[in-house]
Amino acid sequence: MKKIIAYTNVWTIAPGDTLEVKVSTYGVPRYRADLVRVICGDDDPDRGIYREEEIVAPFSGDYPGRTQIMPAGSHVCVPSSGELKHLKSFTVQVWVFPTTPEKGEQGLVSHWDEDAQRGFALVVDGSGAAALRLGAGAGKVVVVASGKPLALRRWHLVAASWDAATGELAVSQGFAGSPFEADSSSSARGKAAFVAADAGDASLLMAALPLSRSATGQTTRCHFNGKLDRPRLTGRVLSAAEIEALAWDNAPRERERLLVAGWDFSRDIGSTRVADSSFNGLHGHTVNLPSRGVKGFNWSGREQNWRHAPQEYGAIHFHDDDHYDAGWDTDFTYVVPDGLKSGVYAVRLRADDDEWYATFFVRPRRGTATAKLAFLASTVTYMAYANYRWQVHERFAEAAEVFWTTLDRGDAFLQEHPEFGLSTYDHHWDGSGVRYASRLRPVINMAPKTPLWSFNPDTHILGWLEHAGIDYDVITDEDLHHEGVALLERYEAVVTGTHPEYYTTPMWDGLRAYIARGGRLAYLGGNGFIWRCALSDELPGVLELRRAEDGIRYRDEEPGEYYLEFTGEYGGLWRRLGMAPQALVGVGTVAVGFDKSGWYRRTPESFDRRAAFIFEGIGDDEILGDFGILGGGASGSEIDAVDTMLGTPPHTLVVARSEGHSENTYLVPDETGFHHSAMEGTHNPKVRADMTFFETPGGGAVFSVGSIAWGGSLPHDGYENNVARISGNVLRRFLDPRPFAMPE
Amino acid sequence: MYQIDPTRTDLIEEFDRAPGGPHSAELKQVIMRLRTGPMTERFIVVCTRRGREWAVGRMPTERGKPVALVEGVVFDDYDNAARLVFRLRWQAATGQALG
Repeated sequence: MKKIIAYTNVWTIAPGDTLEVKVSTYGVPRYRADLVRVICGDDDPDRGIYREEEIVAPFSGDYPGRTQIMPAGSHVCVPSSGELKHLKSFTVQVWVFPTTPEKGEQGLVSHWDEDAQRGFALVVDGSGAAALRLGAGAGKVVVVASGKPLALRRWHLVAASWDAATGELAVSQGFAGSPFEADSSSSARGKAAFVAADAGDASLLMAALPLSRSATGQTTRCHFNGKLDRPRLTGRVLSAAEIEALAWDNAPRERERLLVAGWDFSRDIGSTRVADSSFNGLHGHTVNLPSRGVKGFNWSGREQNWRHAPQEYGAIHFHDDDHYDAGWDTDFTYVVPDGLKSGVYAVRLRADDDEWYATFFVRPRRGTATAKLAFLASTVTYMAYANYRWQVHERFAEAAEVFWTTLDRGDAFLQEHPEFGLSTYDHHWDGSGVRYASRLRPVINMAPKTPLWSFNPDTHILGWLEHAGIDYDVITDEDLHHEGVALLERYEAVVTGTHPEYYTTPMWDGLRAYIARGGRLAYLGGNGFIWRCALSDELPGVLELRRAEDGIRYRDEEPGEYYLEFTGEYGGLWRRLGMAPQALVGVGTVAVGFDKSGWYRRTPESFDRRAAFIFEGIGDDEILGDFGILGGGASGSEIDAVDTMLGTPPHTLVVARSEGHSENTYLVPDETGFHHSAMEGTHNPKVRADMTFFETPGGGAVFSVGSIAWGGSLPHDGYENNVARISGNVLRRFLDPRPFAMPE
Repeated sequence: MYQIDPTRTDLIEEFDRAPGGPHSAELKQVIMRLRTGPMTERFIVVCTRRGREWAVGRMPTERGKPVALVEGVVFDDYDNAARLVFRLRWQAATGQALG
């Protein structure tokens, strides 16, 4: 079991910036911290290629351990106000779409002081029914419940009222689902033998209930799974007809003079702001990134884009396992000194027999470069895969990967600790797909000594660069997103990692402009440049993804919700946007297979004099990469090929093509219109990787291997092999400033 | 759905000879059947020291519960862990205990 975990405030950092290290320990009184440079993170003892270097740092030393908790569960928080404190009679109402009505008590809208037991709380009770709790402290608490469970994944109008003059309470739930289904409407009335009291300075919460103020770390409990829409609070008891009218009204402040608050989730989609459309300004904010830009109770299906019909996208989908920022206290800081070589670093933390690497990327001081080559670390992709759990959640993951499920200590820890948040490959507890993935939490698989997927196999490339003596800077996706082509133009060449899968639009535009203006890109990976995603302008360190249409994925996107909330852009595959990776780097994904990799053979085009530099020292008939760590070959895991229909530049040379793919290597969903029995590597000629090269009119060039497994072949035989030779040939020519010429 | 013939214990012997394959067509069917059962209570391999030590565990019935390790079982060879997982899943799928 893990005894120490940690994260840092940033993943990318420059000299002069401050790294904050946030640590939590389990059952150990002290831990040791040191700085290391990560050169190769593959720690399989049989390979003997793991390499880290200890670096002297002022923070090195022993520290006291402590446990910090992860506050999960999304909700809305509205600070208390005079209007709330002076509330007497009231009606609270909200459209409710429950996705786990059976899970136990869940908060809907509450202004409740848990310590004093004062205020009101509209909830889904333990039986799944709508209920109102009213409290005046000193044991004076009364509950009235509708008595009938809300229907799963169906809209209901839930309302409750309190009449301060008569002491009467009422609660109702009106079914608004299909007319083919049983009606789960119900209502109930009750009476309190006391005068209700307000909750004072407690915040009004939606989709959660407050914890006692004495609780540490977590402030909320009883998180609601599902969607809420148009919550309203009125300072009098409304009739059923008035509740109904107010529920549908876009401008309730015009209809209801005593409206206290009318929250409108259709405003400020893409932000944490929650607007009150009344005149009272009871604005709030979301916590832990619930999903916005989602279909409301009144969604008609006539529009698919929330920007075109925001009033039909006025819901928020909350999850009890949503997560954004762990918010841990900082244990120590580190100001990156001038002169620290750009590279991949980690704070190595050791406690008892356990250790943790809080990994980060040191770039050169902003506006400068310290090498001619940039290694572009795929930090946005690392974020998308952060704490992935398909190996413990997906029934058919073994069939795809053709291995018995094999967990390491980190995987087993995640299984026990759902509060550390999910990846974009996972499902929430309520079955809906995960759209947001944050780096502001411990990320177990963004570190050396972890399984060879996403971050760690990229260190095979770093290990080879070090061995080959090719000097490099490290820059990251987040840097590219924020600085665009100006970041890349300081370099003669850019080399990718093994799997640069997720790209925001600014990243895509920056890389494309770099290539067009004469930059050289060596794409030493596969399944790259596949999904459009978005970063938030408001919240640092979090990715949004909507898996529209198709692509390799463990979940379908919710229909009608294909537009990203952070940017308003259409999500999904770049290919489906009309901007396929073939048009960017020559190749795009065609197949995946994880049991056995293939190898490459040179094509006749490889003997074109344009490609001569690539094959210096390589025999005419030499088999390329019939060895490697990932599946035993250089072409595998996820592989890419040319497609002129999808935009491969016509002068592209296919200089090598792979073969030897297995019967478990299948075409990706976007490559096949329907399934048949010849979709795999032993029968389908489209299951192959193409190694390509093309020049640009600006004097630049692109070289692509189209295979995730390529990097895993570099360490073979002490980094001396034909995969390493080809990679070195390409990078050395790309670092030569002589412009490439377009073919005649 | 393919059903495992519990009398075909020769397929267990075939798996034991070469856990990583190649496998006969019939054994491939069995393996696929054993790989596609429910995730809950599935027997799995747990790597306790990379490249050096493996245990066998059983998935819990819900998120947040620990993987239960099979007591007293530690291997210094991945293939032996894979062999035990195969046998445990075979028993679970056929309902017949193996010696």
